[in-house]
Amino acid sequence: MFRLILLLVCLALPAQAETVVAGLSQKQVAITANFDGSDILVYGAVKRNAPAPDGGPLHAIIAVSGPLDPVVVRRKAKRVGIWVNTDTVEIDAAPSFYAIATSGPLTQVLSDTEDLRYKISTERMIRSIDAPQTVGDSQDFTEALIRIRRNNGLYQLNESSVTMTDETLFSASFALPSNLTEGAYTTRILLTRDGMVVDEYKAILDVRKVGIERFLYTLAHEQSFLYGLLSLTIAILAGWGASAIFTLFRK
Amino acid sequence: MQIYLPIAEVSVNAFLLLGLGGIVGILSGMFGVGGGFLMTPLLFFIGIPPAVAVATEANQIVASSFSGVLAHFKRRSVDLRMGLVLLVGGLIGAALGVQIFNLLKSMGQVDLLVTLCYVVFLGIVGGLMFLESVNSMRKAGKPGAVPTRRRHNWVHNLPFKMKFRTSGLYISVIPPVLVGVSVGILAAIMGVGGGFIMVPAMIYLLGMPTKVVIGTSLFQIIFVTGFTTMLHATTNQTVDMALAVLLLIGGVVGAQIGTRIGVKLKAEQLRVLLALLVLVVCGKLALDLLLEPAELYSLGAPGGH
Repeated sequence: MFRLILLLVCLALPAQAETVVAGLSQKQVAITANFDGSDILVYGAVKRNAPAPDGGPLHAIIAVSGPLDPVVVRRKAKRVGIWVNTDTVEIDAAPSFYAIATSGPLTQVLSDTEDLRYKISTERMIRSIDAPQTVGDSQDFTEALIRIRRNNGLYQLNESSVTMTDETLFSASFALPSNLTEGAYTTRILLTRDGMVVDEYKAILDVRKVGIERFLYTLAHEQSFLYGLLSLTIAILAGWGASAIFTLFRK
Repeated sequence: MQIYLPIAEVSVNAFLLLGLGGIVGILSGMFGVGGGFLMTPLLFFIGIPPAVAVATEANQIVASSFSGVLAHFKRRSVDLRMGLVLLVGGLIGAALGVQIFNLLKSMGQVDLLVTLCYVVFLGIVGGLMFLESVNSMRKAGKPGAVPTRRRHNWVHNLPFKMKFRTSGLYISVIPPVLVGVSVGILAAIMGVGGGFIMVPAMIYLLGMPTKVVIGTSLFQIIFVTGFTTMLHATTNQTVDMALAVLLLIGGVVGAQIGTRIGVKLKAEQLRVLLALLVLVVCGKLALDLLLEPAELYSLGAPGGH
């Protein structure tokens, strides 16, 4: 009998006492010709079947990640008086954009083991498996990647930027930079208590070029010969046009 | 006004691009150089990915050179026959250069070699031109100075002689073809039109008059860069039409202004100015190699440079 009760309790506990209900202010980001960055509002609420459990305060972590791509990181060193690329590390997958917003300092909100499991922090998000044996300090290359992209506004860590109201309502806004690339952006929302993840929610944000941007991009990749000819025609016409206009002015 | 470039995938200020195109266009019209050796580093600087910058720059040079060459055609300062001979060499050279470029890329040191190429060639060309034109300006300043007669060197003793009436030359076609080939190779490796090497080569090696040299160089550059544009567009898809249009609107207007400024200046002055410009770019690139960079690491796409 006791065992049965224990089993029931065990089954009942992970049946999530607290779950996330969330939404994005927009499902799609359209990159138009005058695209100059965009703001995304992520908002949500915590649904409870029972009163909030005891323990530390409830926290929320929101991470928006661009598509994962391989990146080559090169390091310069001085050889024979000049600075040249010497060591190279290929990072298998790094997000083209990655922004984290939390309701408190990340290391307090999320324990290290949970970070390892859910891959939230930027360092964990970047996957680097086969660094060449000749490069002993491949960790430096990952750090350099994060540093460079952080300076470009592509990697953001905004601690305490999630506003949490009564441990129930939360929201955060993200500034997407103008140098954004296309793809499916994954938005993850994690609820944590005492560093442990209580619930996870995922949504896809579609970032794509539209209108003339879409047209030129598709043409360049699918009809590249035509695209090249078109580029040359425009160049020749522009050159001729300027010459003709200036001749008119002189008369 | 910000504009998002579809291929480069960055957002830049449209007026900045128009201005850059205009300034480089003026220089292009004045000196008969495509301006690629100035524009390509400038595009890197404003954050355009190198592959896109090099390919798009080739497309823009087509426009500014075409605009410039029309002005030269009106003044009959284009040696068509010489241009065609150089072009034959240039296309052979460009095709060879692309092969060499891909070989270097697979070896992983293409950036260094491109920069070294720039420093060495810009340094030699700029230095020689500067010394020579300062000397001739000093001579011209003295009263009663006798203009030096054009010397006959080994160039004039080769077979397959051809008459180049516009240039007033009767020389073998071998030197112009060789000049075309070597400029074509360098142009493909360095991602520029090659005018800054061709112009001095035509003046000092072939002995062509400076006024004809500029129009003829522009004429040849149109075709070599057109060829390069097509290669980049079909193999790498790195020509950004939106970027090219903005640069070339500024560029063609600039080239028209530049050609008119060029007419008003004396040949020696023109050469001193071009020499100084070449030396400044050379110095900047040399410093990049010699000084410790602020960021030792750089990012790239796999397989690219």
